[in-house]
Amino acid sequence: MTILRLMYEFFKTGLFSVGGGLATLPFLYEMSDKTGWFSHADIADMIAVSESTPGAIGINMSTYAGFKTAGIPGALLASLSLAAPSVIVILIIAAFLNRFRNNPYVEGAFYGLRPASIAMITAAGINVAKVALVNTAAYAAGDLVGFFLPIPILMAVILFIAMRKLKWSPVVFIALSAVVGVILKL
Amino acid sequence: MQEYLDIYLTFARIGCITFGGGYAMLPILERELTVKRNWTTMDDLRDYFSIGQCTPGIIALNVSTFIGEKRKGIPGALCATTGFLTGPVIIILIIASFLQNFAEEPLVRHAFAGIRVCVCVLIVQAVLRLWKSSVVDLRALILYLIVFILHAFGGLMPVKIPAAVLVLMAGAAGILLSMQRIRATGKNNGKNSGKEGSAS
Repeated sequence: MTILRLMYEFFKTGLFSVGGGLATLPFLYEMSDKTGWFSHADIADMIAVSESTPGAIGINMSTYAGFKTAGIPGALLASLSLAAPSVIVILIIAAFLNRFRNNPYVEGAFYGLRPASIAMITAAGINVAKVALVNTAAYAAGDLVGFFLPIPILMAVILFIAMRKLKWSPVVFIALSAVVGVILKL
Repeated sequence: MQEYLDIYLTFARIGCITFGGGYAMLPILERELTVKRNWTTMDDLRDYFSIGQCTPGIIALNVSTFIGEKRKGIPGALCATTGFLTGPVIIILIIASFLQNFAEEPLVRHAFAGIRVCVCVLIVQAVLRLWKSSVVDLRALILYLIVFILHAFGGLMPVKIPAAVLVLMAGAAGILLSMQRIRATGKNNGKNSGKEGSAS
Protein backbone atom coordinates (compact mmCIF):
# COMPACT_ATOMS: atom_id res chain seq x y z
CA MET A 1 0.00 0.00 0.00
CA THR A 2 2.78 2.41 0.95
CA ILE A 3 4.48 1.76 -2.37
CA LEU A 4 1.29 2.55 -4.30
CA ARG A 5 0.91 5.77 -2.33
CA LEU A 6 4.55 6.64 -3.04
CA MET A 7 4.03 6.06 -6.75
CA TYR A 8 0.84 8.12 -6.76
CA GLU A 9 2.37 11.08 -4.92
CA PHE A 10 5.49 11.23 -7.08
CA PHE A 11 3.54 10.69 -10.30
CA LYS A 12 1.40 13.69 -9.33
CA THR A 13 4.52 15.73 -8.57
CA GLY A 14 6.01 14.85 -11.95
CA LEU A 15 2.76 15.74 -13.70
CA PHE A 16 2.19 19.16 -12.17
CA SER A 17 5.66 20.58 -11.60
CA VAL A 18 6.25 22.76 -14.64
CA GLY A 19 9.57 24.52 -15.14
CA GLY A 20 11.91 21.83 -13.92
CA GLY A 21 14.15 21.47 -10.90
CA LEU A 22 12.91 23.64 -8.08
CA ALA A 23 9.32 23.57 -9.41
CA THR A 24 8.94 20.23 -7.62
CA LEU A 25 9.52 21.94 -4.24
CA PRO A 26 5.93 23.03 -3.46
CA PHE A 27 4.75 19.46 -4.06
CA LEU A 28 7.50 18.04 -1.87
CA TYR A 29 6.47 20.36 0.99
CA GLU A 30 2.84 19.32 0.55
CA MET A 31 3.88 15.68 0.57
CA SER A 32 5.96 16.19 3.69
CA ASP A 33 2.97 17.75 5.52
CA LYS A 34 0.56 15.08 4.36
CA THR A 35 2.59 11.90 4.68
CA GLY A 36 5.47 12.61 7.04
CA TRP A 37 7.80 10.57 4.82
CA PHE A 38 10.44 13.28 5.18
CA SER A 39 10.71 16.53 7.14
CA HIS A 40 11.07 20.13 5.96
CA ALA A 41 14.71 19.96 7.09
CA ASP A 42 15.16 16.85 4.93
CA ILE A 43 13.95 18.84 1.92
CA ALA A 44 16.43 21.64 2.60
CA ASP A 45 19.23 19.09 2.94
CA MET A 46 18.18 17.35 -0.26
CA ILE A 47 18.31 20.66 -2.17
CA ALA A 48 21.95 20.95 -1.10
CA VAL A 49 22.63 17.32 -2.03
CA SER A 50 21.00 17.90 -5.43
CA GLU A 51 23.10 20.97 -6.10
CA SER A 52 26.28 19.05 -5.30
CA THR A 53 25.57 15.71 -6.99
CA PRO A 54 24.32 14.83 -10.45
CA GLY A 55 20.56 14.80 -10.88
CA ALA A 56 17.70 17.17 -10.18
CA ILE A 57 16.01 17.69 -6.82
CA GLY A 58 12.84 15.89 -7.92
CA ILE A 59 14.66 12.67 -8.81
CA ASN A 60 16.82 12.86 -5.71
CA MET A 61 13.91 13.46 -3.36
CA SER A 62 11.86 10.64 -4.88
CA THR A 63 14.78 8.26 -4.51
CA TYR A 64 15.40 9.39 -0.94
CA ALA A 65 11.76 9.28 0.17
CA GLY A 66 11.21 5.95 -1.58
CA PHE A 67 14.27 4.47 0.11
CA LYS A 68 13.29 5.78 3.55
CA THR A 69 9.74 4.41 3.36
CA ALA A 70 10.15 1.21 1.36
CA GLY A 71 13.82 0.40 0.80
CA ILE A 72 15.43 -0.01 -2.61
CA PRO A 73 12.24 -1.12 -4.44
CA GLY A 74 10.55 1.99 -3.07
CA ALA A 75 13.42 4.16 -4.29
CA LEU A 76 13.25 2.73 -7.81
CA LEU A 77 9.46 2.86 -8.12
CA ALA A 78 9.18 6.40 -6.72
CA SER A 79 11.83 7.68 -9.16
CA LEU A 80 10.18 5.97 -12.14
CA SER A 81 6.79 7.35 -11.10
CA LEU A 82 8.20 10.87 -11.02
CA ALA A 83 9.68 10.41 -14.50
CA ALA A 84 6.63 8.73 -16.05
CA PRO A 85 4.39 11.78 -16.67
CA SER A 86 7.16 13.77 -18.35
CA VAL A 87 8.05 10.82 -20.56
CA ILE A 88 4.42 10.43 -21.62
CA VAL A 89 3.94 14.15 -22.25
CA ILE A 90 7.20 14.46 -24.21
CA LEU A 91 6.37 11.43 -26.37
CA ILE A 92 3.06 13.09 -27.26
CA ILE A 93 4.72 16.45 -27.92
CA ALA A 94 7.48 14.85 -30.02
CA ALA A 95 4.75 13.70 -32.39
CA PHE A 96 3.31 17.22 -32.77
CA LEU A 97 6.43 19.26 -32.14
CA ASN A 98 5.95 22.09 -34.60
CA ARG A 99 2.28 22.70 -33.90
CA PHE A 100 2.96 22.72 -30.15
CA ARG A 101 5.73 25.24 -30.43
CA ASN A 102 3.65 27.94 -32.12
CA ASN A 103 0.24 27.30 -30.60
CA PRO A 104 -1.07 30.58 -29.10
CA TYR A 105 -3.10 28.75 -26.44
CA VAL A 106 0.02 26.93 -25.27
CA GLU A 107 1.88 30.25 -25.18
CA GLY A 108 -1.01 31.78 -23.21
CA ALA A 109 -0.99 28.97 -20.69
CA PHE A 110 2.73 29.49 -20.08
CA TYR A 111 2.22 33.19 -19.64
CA GLY A 112 0.24 32.18 -16.54
CA LEU A 113 2.27 29.13 -15.53
CA ARG A 114 5.66 30.85 -15.33
CA PRO A 115 4.79 33.44 -12.64
CA ALA A 116 2.85 30.78 -10.72
CA SER A 117 5.84 28.47 -10.79
CA ILE A 118 8.26 31.03 -9.38
CA ALA A 119 5.66 32.21 -6.86
CA MET A 120 5.62 28.69 -5.43
CA ILE A 121 9.42 28.49 -5.56
CA THR A 122 9.53 31.74 -3.55
CA ALA A 123 7.22 30.16 -0.97
CA ALA A 124 9.50 27.12 -0.87
CA GLY A 125 12.44 29.46 -0.23
CA ILE A 126 10.57 30.88 2.77
CA ASN A 127 10.07 27.34 4.04
CA VAL A 128 13.83 26.74 3.90
CA ALA A 129 14.46 30.11 5.59
CA LYS A 130 12.14 29.07 8.44
CA VAL A 131 14.48 26.16 9.16
CA ALA A 132 17.74 27.99 8.49
CA LEU A 133 17.49 31.70 9.35
CA VAL A 134 14.95 32.08 12.13
CA ASN A 135 13.97 30.34 15.32
CA THR A 136 10.24 29.63 15.04
CA ALA A 137 10.16 28.14 18.53
CA ALA A 138 11.26 31.49 20.02
CA TYR A 139 8.57 33.29 18.03
CA ALA A 140 5.91 30.92 19.34
CA ALA A 141 7.12 31.69 22.89
CA GLY A 142 6.75 35.43 22.19
CA ASP A 143 10.48 36.10 22.08
CA LEU A 144 10.87 38.43 19.09
CA VAL A 145 14.58 39.12 19.67
CA GLY A 146 15.41 35.42 19.71
CA PHE A 147 13.33 34.93 16.53
CA PHE A 148 16.04 36.22 14.19
CA LEU A 149 19.25 34.22 14.18
CA PRO A 150 21.92 36.90 13.52
CA ILE A 151 24.81 34.66 12.43
CA PRO A 152 22.93 32.66 9.75
CA ILE A 153 21.29 35.88 8.47
CA LEU A 154 24.65 37.63 8.20
CA MET A 155 26.06 34.54 6.50
CA ALA A 156 23.17 34.56 4.00
CA VAL A 157 23.84 38.20 3.11
CA ILE A 158 27.54 37.51 2.56
CA LEU A 159 26.75 34.43 0.46
CA PHE A 160 24.27 36.43 -1.62
CA ILE A 161 26.84 39.09 -2.46
CA ALA A 162 29.57 36.49 -3.05
CA MET A 163 27.39 34.55 -5.50
CA ARG A 164 26.69 37.71 -7.49
CA LYS A 165 30.35 38.74 -7.65
CA LEU A 166 31.98 35.32 -8.09
CA LYS A 167 30.55 33.02 -10.70
CA TRP A 168 31.59 29.86 -8.89
CA SER A 169 29.67 26.61 -9.06
CA PRO A 170 27.02 26.18 -6.31
CA VAL A 171 28.95 23.12 -5.13
CA VAL A 172 31.78 25.38 -3.95
CA PHE A 173 29.44 27.63 -1.94
CA ILE A 174 27.71 24.62 -0.42
CA ALA A 175 31.04 23.11 0.63
CA LEU A 176 32.19 26.43 2.13
CA SER A 177 28.89 26.80 4.01
CA ALA A 178 29.28 23.32 5.45
CA VAL A 179 32.75 24.26 6.72
CA VAL A 180 31.44 27.51 8.22
CA GLY A 181 28.58 25.60 9.85
CA VAL A 182 31.03 23.21 11.51
CA ILE A 183 33.41 25.98 12.63
CA LEU A 184 30.68 28.19 14.09
CA LYS A 185 28.70 25.21 15.43
CA LEU A 186 25.50 26.51 13.83
CA MET B 1 19.96 -4.27 -29.37
CA GLN B 2 23.43 -2.80 -29.56
CA GLU B 3 21.96 0.58 -30.40
CA TYR B 4 19.53 0.57 -27.43
CA LEU B 5 22.41 -0.28 -25.13
CA ASP B 6 24.38 2.56 -26.68
CA ILE B 7 21.52 5.01 -25.97
CA TYR B 8 21.17 3.74 -22.40
CA LEU B 9 24.89 3.96 -21.66
CA THR B 10 25.28 7.38 -23.26
CA PHE B 11 22.54 8.86 -21.10
CA ALA B 12 23.72 7.00 -18.01
CA ARG B 13 27.04 8.77 -18.56
CA ILE B 14 25.37 12.13 -19.08
CA GLY B 15 23.29 11.60 -15.92
CA CYS B 16 26.48 11.14 -13.92
CA ILE B 17 28.25 14.26 -15.13
CA THR B 18 25.48 16.88 -15.09
CA PHE B 19 25.47 18.87 -11.90
CA GLY B 20 22.91 21.48 -11.00
CA GLY B 21 20.38 20.51 -13.64
CA GLY B 22 18.54 22.83 -16.00
CA TYR B 23 20.58 25.04 -18.28
CA ALA B 24 23.80 24.00 -16.56
CA MET B 25 23.43 20.81 -18.59
CA LEU B 26 23.32 22.44 -22.00
CA PRO B 27 27.08 22.63 -22.67
CA ILE B 28 27.57 19.01 -21.55
CA LEU B 29 24.73 17.78 -23.76
CA GLU B 30 26.12 19.75 -26.69
CA ARG B 31 29.51 18.09 -26.30
CA GLU B 32 28.15 14.57 -25.79
CA LEU B 33 25.35 14.58 -28.33
CA THR B 34 26.33 16.91 -31.15
CA VAL B 35 30.13 17.09 -31.12
CA LYS B 36 30.95 13.51 -30.11
CA ARG B 37 27.97 11.64 -31.53
CA ASN B 38 26.08 13.72 -34.05
CA TRP B 39 22.75 12.52 -32.61
CA THR B 40 21.12 15.93 -32.77
CA THR B 41 21.90 19.53 -33.70
CA MET B 42 22.56 22.46 -31.39
CA ASP B 43 19.41 24.21 -32.60
CA ASP B 44 17.24 21.17 -31.92
CA LEU B 45 18.83 20.84 -28.51
CA ARG B 46 17.93 24.42 -27.62
CA ASP B 47 14.35 23.82 -28.77
CA TYR B 48 14.12 20.69 -26.64
CA PHE B 49 15.31 22.76 -23.69
CA SER B 50 12.72 25.46 -24.15
CA ILE B 51 10.00 22.82 -24.46
CA GLY B 52 11.39 20.99 -21.43
CA GLN B 53 11.27 24.27 -19.55
CA CYS B 54 7.52 24.52 -20.03
CA THR B 55 6.32 20.92 -19.84
CA PRO B 56 5.81 18.81 -16.74
CA GLY B 57 8.79 17.19 -15.16
CA ILE B 58 12.50 17.74 -15.00
CA ILE B 59 14.09 19.44 -18.00
CA ALA B 60 17.01 17.04 -18.27
CA LEU B 61 14.64 14.08 -18.33
CA ASN B 62 12.49 15.71 -20.98
CA VAL B 63 15.50 16.32 -23.19
CA SER B 64 16.63 12.69 -22.74
CA THR B 65 13.20 11.43 -23.72
CA PHE B 66 13.17 13.65 -26.82
CA ILE B 67 16.54 12.51 -28.10
CA GLY B 68 15.89 8.83 -27.31
CA GLU B 69 12.61 9.06 -29.21
CA LYS B 70 14.31 10.69 -32.17
CA ARG B 71 16.93 7.91 -32.34
CA LYS B 72 14.80 4.81 -31.83
CA GLY B 73 11.16 5.67 -31.15
CA ILE B 74 9.45 4.82 -27.86
CA PRO B 75 11.89 2.06 -26.79
CA GLY B 76 14.73 4.49 -27.45
CA ALA B 77 13.00 7.12 -25.31
CA LEU B 78 12.66 4.64 -22.44
CA CYS B 79 16.33 3.60 -22.72
CA ALA B 80 17.47 7.23 -22.63
CA THR B 81 15.24 8.14 -19.68
CA THR B 82 16.11 5.14 -17.51
CA GLY B 83 19.76 5.64 -18.45
CA PHE B 84 19.62 9.22 -17.29
CA LEU B 85 18.01 8.19 -13.97
CA THR B 86 20.53 5.46 -13.16
CA GLY B 87 23.42 7.57 -11.84
CA PRO B 88 21.46 9.96 -9.59
CA VAL B 89 19.38 7.10 -8.12
CA ILE B 90 22.48 5.10 -7.17
CA ILE B 91 24.20 8.15 -5.70
CA ILE B 92 21.18 9.12 -3.58
CA LEU B 93 20.79 5.52 -2.38
CA ILE B 94 24.35 5.67 -1.11
CA ILE B 95 23.84 9.11 0.48
CA ALA B 96 20.49 8.09 2.00
CA SER B 97 21.95 5.08 3.75
CA PHE B 98 24.80 7.32 4.90
CA LEU B 99 22.45 10.06 6.15
CA GLN B 100 20.33 7.66 8.16
CA ASN B 101 23.35 6.53 10.14
CA PHE B 102 25.16 9.83 10.45
CA ALA B 103 22.46 12.52 10.51
CA GLU B 104 22.61 12.62 14.31
CA GLU B 105 26.37 13.22 14.48
CA PRO B 106 26.95 16.80 15.76
CA LEU B 107 29.50 17.44 13.02
CA VAL B 108 27.03 16.48 10.28
CA ARG B 109 24.26 18.51 11.96
CA HIS B 110 26.42 21.66 12.05
CA ALA B 111 27.51 21.14 8.46
CA PHE B 112 23.92 20.86 7.27
CA ALA B 113 22.84 23.89 9.32
CA GLY B 114 25.45 25.86 7.37
CA ILE B 115 24.39 24.29 4.08
CA ARG B 116 20.75 25.23 4.65
CA VAL B 117 21.69 28.91 4.84
CA CYS B 118 23.40 28.49 1.47
CA VAL B 119 20.31 26.73 0.07
CA CYS B 120 18.14 29.74 1.01
CA VAL B 121 20.44 32.00 -0.96
CA LEU B 122 20.54 29.59 -3.92
CA ILE B 123 16.74 29.64 -4.09
CA VAL B 124 16.67 33.45 -3.98
CA GLN B 125 19.19 33.50 -6.84
CA ALA B 126 17.08 31.04 -8.84
CA VAL B 127 13.97 33.21 -8.36
CA LEU B 128 15.87 36.33 -9.44
CA ARG B 129 17.23 34.51 -12.49
CA LEU B 130 13.78 33.33 -13.59
CA TRP B 131 12.03 36.60 -12.72
CA LYS B 132 12.76 38.47 -15.96
CA SER B 133 11.43 35.77 -18.29
CA SER B 134 8.44 34.91 -16.07
CA VAL B 135 7.05 38.11 -14.61
CA VAL B 136 6.99 39.99 -17.89
CA ASP B 137 4.30 42.59 -17.13
CA LEU B 138 1.90 43.92 -14.49
CA ARG B 139 -0.69 41.18 -15.00
CA ALA B 140 1.97 38.51 -14.57
CA LEU B 141 3.11 40.26 -11.38
CA ILE B 142 -0.45 40.21 -10.01
CA LEU B 143 -0.70 36.53 -10.86
CA TYR B 144 2.62 35.95 -9.09
CA LEU B 145 1.36 37.72 -5.94
CA ILE B 146 -1.98 35.88 -5.91
CA VAL B 147 -0.36 32.47 -6.28
CA PHE B 148 2.30 33.35 -3.70
CA ILE B 149 -0.28 34.45 -1.10
CA LEU B 150 -2.58 31.49 -1.72
CA HIS B 151 0.32 29.06 -1.54
CA ALA B 152 2.49 30.55 1.23
CA PHE B 153 -0.38 31.50 3.55
CA GLY B 154 -2.68 28.62 2.59
CA GLY B 155 -2.55 27.42 6.19
CA LEU B 156 -4.33 30.59 7.37
CA MET B 157 -7.20 30.22 4.90
CA PRO B 158 -10.34 28.16 5.43
CA VAL B 159 -9.29 25.81 2.60
CA LYS B 160 -5.68 25.28 1.51
CA ILE B 161 -5.67 25.05 -2.27
CA PRO B 162 -3.40 22.18 -3.39
CA ALA B 163 -0.40 23.18 -5.52
CA ALA B 164 -1.66 21.07 -8.42
CA VAL B 165 -4.92 23.06 -8.50
CA LEU B 166 -2.96 26.34 -8.40
CA VAL B 167 -0.91 25.20 -11.40
CA LEU B 168 -4.06 24.36 -13.38
CA MET B 169 -5.72 27.66 -12.43
CA ALA B 170 -2.60 29.64 -13.39
CA GLY B 171 -2.52 27.96 -16.80
CA ALA B 172 -6.21 28.76 -17.35
CA ALA B 173 -5.69 32.36 -16.18
CA GLY B 174 -2.78 32.69 -18.60
CA ILE B 175 -4.97 31.59 -21.52
CA LEU B 176 -7.80 33.93 -20.47
CA LEU B 177 -5.42 36.88 -20.10
CA SER B 178 -3.95 36.19 -23.53
CA MET B 179 -7.34 35.78 -25.26
CA GLN B 180 -7.12 39.19 -26.90
CA ARG B 181 -3.74 38.40 -28.42
CA ILE B 182 -4.87 34.92 -29.42
CA ARG B 183 -7.89 36.36 -31.24
CA ALA B 184 -5.71 38.90 -33.00
CA THR B 185 -3.28 36.25 -34.24
CA GLY B 186 -6.21 33.99 -35.12
CA LYS B 187 -7.52 36.72 -37.46
CA ASN B 188 -4.11 37.13 -39.04
CA ASN B 189 -3.87 33.40 -39.59
CA GLY B 190 -7.31 33.52 -41.18
CA LYS B 191 -6.11 36.17 -43.63
CA ASN B 192 -2.93 34.32 -44.42
CA SER B 193 -4.48 30.90 -44.77
CA GLY B 194 -5.94 31.91 -48.13
CA LYS B 195 -2.47 32.51 -49.53
CA GLU B 196 -0.61 29.70 -47.81
CA GLY B 197 -3.25 27.05 -48.37
CA SER B 198 -2.40 23.83 -46.56
CA ALA B 199 1.07 25.00 -45.53
CA SER B 200 0.02 25.51 -41.92
